[in-house]
Amino acid sequence: MGRMPNWADVILIPLVSVILALLVSGLVVLLIGENPLEAMTIMVRGALGSAYGLGYTLFYATNFIFTGLGVAVAIHARLFNIGGEGQAYVAGLGAAVACLFVPWPHWTIALVAVVILSGLFGAAWAAIPAWLQAKRGSHIVITTIMFNFIAASLMVYLLVNVFRVPGSMEPATAIFPSVTHLPNAGEFAGFLGFRTSTPLNVSFFIALLAAFAVWVLIWRTRLGYEIRAFGHSETAAVYAGINPTRIIMVTMLISGGLSGLMATNAVMGEAEQLRLDYVQGAGFVGIAVALMGRSHPIGVILAALLFGMLYQGGAELSFEMPAVSREMVVVIQALVILFTGALDNMVRMPMERIYLAFRRSRTASHQPAE
Amino acid sequence: MDFATLLQLLDSTVRLATPLLLACLAGLFSERAGIFDIGLEGKILASAFFSAAVAYVSGSVWIGLLAGIGSSVALSGIHGLASITFRGNQLISGVAINFLASGLTVVISQTWFGQGGRTPALQGAARFENIHLPFADALMPVPVVGPLYEQIISGHSILVYVALLTVPFSWWLLFRTRFGLRLRAVGENPAAVDTAGISVVGMRFAAVGICGILCGIAGAYLSTGLSAQFVKEMSAGRGFIALAALIFAKWRPWHALYACLLFGFLDAVGNRFQNVELLGITIPVQFMQALPYILVVVILAGLVGRAIPPRAGGEPYVKER
Repeated sequence: MGRMPNWADVILIPLVSVILALLVSGLVVLLIGENPLEAMTIMVRGALGSAYGLGYTLFYATNFIFTGLGVAVAIHARLFNIGGEGQAYVAGLGAAVACLFVPWPHWTIALVAVVILSGLFGAAWAAIPAWLQAKRGSHIVITTIMFNFIAASLMVYLLVNVFRVPGSMEPATAIFPSVTHLPNAGEFAGFLGFRTSTPLNVSFFIALLAAFAVWVLIWRTRLGYEIRAFGHSETAAVYAGINPTRIIMVTMLISGGLSGLMATNAVMGEAEQLRLDYVQGAGFVGIAVALMGRSHPIGVILAALLFGMLYQGGAELSFEMPAVSREMVVVIQALVILFTGALDNMVRMPMERIYLAFRRSRTASHQPAE
Repeated sequence: MDFATLLQLLDSTVRLATPLLLACLAGLFSERAGIFDIGLEGKILASAFFSAAVAYVSGSVWIGLLAGIGSSVALSGIHGLASITFRGNQLISGVAINFLASGLTVVISQTWFGQGGRTPALQGAARFENIHLPFADALMPVPVVGPLYEQIISGHSILVYVALLTVPFSWWLLFRTRFGLRLRAVGENPAAVDTAGISVVGMRFAAVGICGILCGIAGAYLSTGLSAQFVKEMSAGRGFIALAALIFAKWRPWHALYACLLFGFLDAVGNRFQNVELLGITIPVQFMQALPYILVVVILAGLVGRAIPPRAGGEPYVKER
């Protein structure tokens, strides 16, 4: 049995899977009674057709790069962290505390502090499930989901009872001081047509930086090697002297921290206050992004861009086609997870067969018959 | 706390434990056959929507129940296809199914009813009425026993009794029939089952199918028995709590009943006591709401001792060549 070359594994199969997912989504739109091609056109135009749309697309993509990287790092150690939602939510608290209680002299210093604190808060929320997995063998999928629910309750409590502005009905913190305002695309890239009201901000570059850092971590450091070794075979890793408790803990802390960095973009960069339910499913999108991106930082960035388009395009779509609800994006997300993650073999097996048949016929034609 | 409050608490315990119990037994069949199912939640949600929607349109709760079971079994089929036929990752497939249900229920209900992801309220024959067991009124004057019987045993919808009867039935099916022996063997050592000339794929699909039916009943109970309409995300993590109860019960039917009653009780306490004063400190309502989830974590942390899952759980079976 031959194997397909690497490029087919990395590019071709995810691409075919995503196309399948989009086709099935189109079918759903058709069943609702709308024209899928028209819907697709509205989505693409809404996502990329204007500087306004592009700003939102890249803003969402920034969130998804962070949460996608978080899931991806965990996948390398074969840990399935579905707690990105809760980790990012609690990390918002770190960002809010950093912005509200310290009089920063300049936004750059505030940004560094927010990156550190939101990362720490996100990591802390991943720490208990990680410890329970490492020490007690509690299934990390269930514990991280439970921590999503617990985070939701905790944050409602904190926002309503502790951080709410006296006299205000809205469960949100006060607006952050203006010194912590991050330059947005309208300010540093206004020449591209971005307005100052765009949510896209400098956190986008932090996301790209984080992606590079993850690449270095996974493929260029000793720790990354240990993480991958542990992911491939726990017994082999233990035999090689790798401490499983340490790997599980460290990987999950990094994973939670990366998801937590999302607060830099959405809390500090966009809202400039911590609001109820600010994550809005971005933690879950991270799962689809990581699976589609094959847990590679470049793949994660590309998948995050696609999902950024879907989110922004989906918002436009539900505006122009009221019959198509905003949750259509969740359906597409589910189908992408299904086809790129769970039904991988369904796409892979026939494609491998086609590739091998193709190669056989080519080698046969090159070698003259005896 | 007086006797009347206790009765109310126990009454709602039974109600709230029912969907958990059905989902827990659903997971039991699936996991005993070696297929992990994170997608219980999604199947419950899908069935809750389709049973409420179809019950509203048709006016018959029974047709609604069938539609709910149908939708849940369809999702089970996807899970089976991904994890049995194509030997994919069972966790990922389950997560996909949860999102699929979460998205589709809102999209379709918006298209059909246009009420922002709800169904209209169900009335009359479109929902399950409570059944009054015989002698409930006659026994009422008897102290303690009478009210206990009238409130806790009697006066639930038929699905509650179905759920309770499923416990001994599951036990019998799994531990006293040839089918059950094979199902459990497929989850422990599929190669041995294959050698005996029994189809591993067939057994696993049967288990996943049973799982779909039970999740379907659980979802239908949520929207047509416990409440009278479908509301977006109404499953509220019950599928995951059922999974935790399953681990707590160590994959045994009777223990599943006790575990689900415990979680149902906690849920009932959280609903009944919004603000609890304990030692002069007011415990916030959010804590009470998070209590079942916290308890899941505590239980998984191993306060229950070692729980050993079926040995071939989560592993796709590859036939030797």
